[in-house]
Amino acid sequence: MNATAPVSTSAPVVSGPDRDALVQYLIRLGDDALILSHRLAEWCAKAPELEEDLALTNIALDLVGQTRSFYTYAGELEGKGRTEDDIAFLREERDYRNVLLVEQPNEDFAHAMARQFLFDAMSLPFFEALSNSKDPTVAGIAQKAVKEVRYHLRHAAEWVIRLGDGTEESHRRMQAAIDELWPYTGELFAMDDIDRRMVALGIGVDLESLREPWSRTVDEVLSEATLTRPADGWMQSGGRSGRHSEYMGYILAELQYMQRAYPNMKW
Amino acid sequence: MSDVTSIARSRSEKAVWDILTHVPDPEIPAVSVVDLGIVREVRVGGDAVEVVITPTYSGCPATDVIARDVAAALHKNGYPDARVTTSLSPAWTTDWITDEGREKLRAFGIAPPPRMERRIKSLLGEEPPVACPRCGSTDTKKVSNFGSTPCKAHFTCNACLEPFDHFKCL
Repeated sequence: MNATAPVSTSAPVVSGPDRDALVQYLIRLGDDALILSHRLAEWCAKAPELEEDLALTNIALDLVGQTRSFYTYAGELEGKGRTEDDIAFLREERDYRNVLLVEQPNEDFAHAMARQFLFDAMSLPFFEALSNSKDPTVAGIAQKAVKEVRYHLRHAAEWVIRLGDGTEESHRRMQAAIDELWPYTGELFAMDDIDRRMVALGIGVDLESLREPWSRTVDEVLSEATLTRPADGWMQSGGRSGRHSEYMGYILAELQYMQRAYPNMKW
Repeated sequence: MSDVTSIARSRSEKAVWDILTHVPDPEIPAVSVVDLGIVREVRVGGDAVEVVITPTYSGCPATDVIARDVAAALHKNGYPDARVTTSLSPAWTTDWITDEGREKLRAFGIAPPPRMERRIKSLLGEEPPVACPRCGSTDTKKVSNFGSTPCKAHFTCNACLEPFDHFKCL
């Protein structure tokens, strides 16, 4: 990352506590994208085939781009001089507010694609709605992201179908991945005070309204993939308040290593 | 008086655009940043020149290089104080690639993107056929939606067997 990340050109529409909430909101969105991109980047040079290696790192790159835009704008609004790099590399685990789904380990290729699919199926209608944000900078980031996420969702959905409706082995693995990740999907639609404040201001998205389009995409793809939609049971949560799964610390150890070992180093 | 000022301004805007048509895209040097529709606006006010560019993809690493190249070209050609700013909105679309740019892409071996009205309509919908930039056949196969750069997909021609890049529709 460096100093020329896309920045806002228009004045923010909020101040005071509303602005603090918007900063938190932006950091969450950036955290979702950053941690998911890190998981995808773990496939670099290890994907099942060369084309997939390129695809996963391309998608990871789009997500890093979204992260940069969200963090940079958050830093500007906050006004304490934090840059995108400060926000990405110099926070403690409890300060990261990504949903638990994106930090779940790759396990196998089926898990990686199931995780991507379940997340993107929410992310696409989310960014479509966020494109109408009353904050022009947020709307601009979303309008950019929506075009990219459309490709990501398509890619992940194709793999869910290919593996689900593939061999006995690939079907078993994809069903196992969907089953294991299902308890992390409830958090995608959980609203807290920050979400409600952003909705009230016309800046953020009502996550409840995304359940229906998400469900429709999931049903359509799982059915074509000959997979069974798991029943909704206990749903995991905690990421949005900084309580992460055991995997998060390992991700940050790798992600932050360089800045922690050599503070302020640049390359 | 104001007419004279606005004529002078439009003249110097044109001069800036002329310089920018000679700034190549760092990853596809066959086309300029103007051909690709990356330059959104040129603002000239007195001695101040500001050029607004927009990234093709959020994470496109070329954006930083483009900003530097554009600034360097202007500094070298008589605008030492020119500033380059980045704007995300409205989001870049492949429809902004000029006709000339499309022809240059094709000649360079990259199949240009279809126009917006023919873009992907549904999640798993059919895409319009992509013509091979080498032999022109539309009997082509998509190998991967993700290619050598964020903006390109990877194709193969079934007729002449040429593997090629396709600038994907955005």
